[in-house]
Amino acid sequence: MSNRVFVGLLLFASSALAQAPQGDRVELRALQAAVTASQSAGDNAWMLVSSALVLMMTGPGLALFYCGLVRKRNVLGTMMQSFSMMAVITLIWGVCGYSLVFAKGNPFIGGLDYLFLRGVGADPNPLYAPTIPHQTFMIYQLMFAVITPALITGAFAERVHFKAMVMFSVLWTFFVYFPTAHMVWGTGGFLNDYLGGQYRVFDFAGGTVVHITSGFSALVTALYIGKRAGYPHEKFVPHNLVLAFVGACLLWVGWFGFNAGSALAASALATSAFVATHFAAAAGAVGWMAAERVRKGQASALGAISGAVAGLATVTQGAGFVQPFSAVIIGLIAGATCYFMVTTVKERFRYDDSLDVFGVHGVGGFVGCLLTGVFATRAVNSAIKVGGWIDGNPAQVLHQLFGAGIGIALGVVGTLAALKITELVTPVRMNEGEEATGMDLSLHGEEGYNFEG
Amino acid sequence: MVKIEAFIQPSKLEAAREVLQSIGIDGLTVSEVRGHGRQKGHREVYRGREYDVDFIHKLKLETVVPTARKDEVVAALVEAVRTGAIGDGKIFVSAVVDAVRIRDDARGESAL
Repeated sequence: MSNRVFVGLLLFASSALAQAPQGDRVELRALQAAVTASQSAGDNAWMLVSSALVLMMTGPGLALFYCGLVRKRNVLGTMMQSFSMMAVITLIWGVCGYSLVFAKGNPFIGGLDYLFLRGVGADPNPLYAPTIPHQTFMIYQLMFAVITPALITGAFAERVHFKAMVMFSVLWTFFVYFPTAHMVWGTGGFLNDYLGGQYRVFDFAGGTVVHITSGFSALVTALYIGKRAGYPHEKFVPHNLVLAFVGACLLWVGWFGFNAGSALAASALATSAFVATHFAAAAGAVGWMAAERVRKGQASALGAISGAVAGLATVTQGAGFVQPFSAVIIGLIAGATCYFMVTTVKERFRYDDSLDVFGVHGVGGFVGCLLTGVFATRAVNSAIKVGGWIDGNPAQVLHQLFGAGIGIALGVVGTLAALKITELVTPVRMNEGEEATGMDLSLHGEEGYNFEG
Repeated sequence: MVKIEAFIQPSKLEAAREVLQSIGIDGLTVSEVRGHGRQKGHREVYRGREYDVDFIHKLKLETVVPTARKDEVVAALVEAVRTGAIGDGKIFVSAVVDAVRIRDDARGESAL
């Protein structure tokens, strides 16, 4: 049953309540409660599934995608970088992370009302998601906090100590993720004009909060930590593109939870975001393959999956605001632009953003942020007070640029601070011998592939 | 006795096995190896970065046969695995001093 029918029933029930005699009133109240409960059941089912889908993006999705792209000796170390975020960030989120993003605070960071999840229970939080348990909203948002630092690890793949990676990621989450997420999504957030903030920045599912912050932070880490030994003269060939392929496809599927789930209900808006997400992924793959075909004469499997991920990262910001064919345009631009970034631009400047986190998520996120200002329309999402350029509001593009600028600035400063502090405590970079042996043996005392026996 | 070592295209394994079986050569060992002769390597491209792959995957077949059958076996193998293209591989023949069947201590050609 659609939301509209529910709303109709509710309106009928509440207007009838005003004039009904005592007995009918009790019955109508029961009806109203039943209607509310059934909508909550539908929404909650979808949001729990979405939460699981977003977790699936980190492990196995991202873990497989990244580990297939590194050399064999680093396969476990790379998977552990993603997986450890599922464990570590979860605990931090429960202790204080959720509160620092979503509790009432100042425009830049949330307060401490939800410390240790105090008061986060079965009753919905009407500010964010009035039809699902507050705890569902909390666990859903947690999955975003998990994947964001995990994305960054691709930029410094194959050369950073495990302990340093964990410490850096935790600090980064405090310095960059929590404030940005609060500013964009939290009540009273600086960039959240839905909920009392100052600036109107559209970020449906985290183009700025997740992809711009992680992408630009990734570039900073790659420059700061330096290139892998032997880069770019030696061979850095993906050791298992089949794993990367499976990982990318899991990312694609998981992204439906990420973007369509951001409707926070099993609504028509969720469908719209689902469709936009899928179309952009498809167009991203086509855009990248076409660019490769023109430049190199062959479309590659790695190119196709990279293009899909680029399309997905780029449409994240606008997924719940744009129409399907706007999403196609967003995806095509994403595929071609990100291809250009990871080939020509990276080649030119010779930075070792090993798995192209900046080239795909940073650039894709940034382009998607601006294009959301172009294509956002009230025809898709009537919750926004005004649309973007196609609704006659070109100024929205500048708002988006402003939001992206804040994400980038905070990302750069927060990343440098997190790296500096980590360095004071523990060595960040593996030494040459450890790097040559590989993360698996040097850092974890294991090997990924033991075929003998 | 002679040992015949054949470096062949991986796609030709089945053809080699069939022809050896058809002429009654039962013992055969296969290894996956990498190397290059005059064929040299090829080029691979990952996200725009090009890499020359110098060593190419080949299979090494080894079998030990009575000296009298040397030319017959080599000719059969060559015919089975040849495509005529560069990279078809090479066959080396060398003398074998002795052979032992571990199960029953049989020696020399009777151990084959």
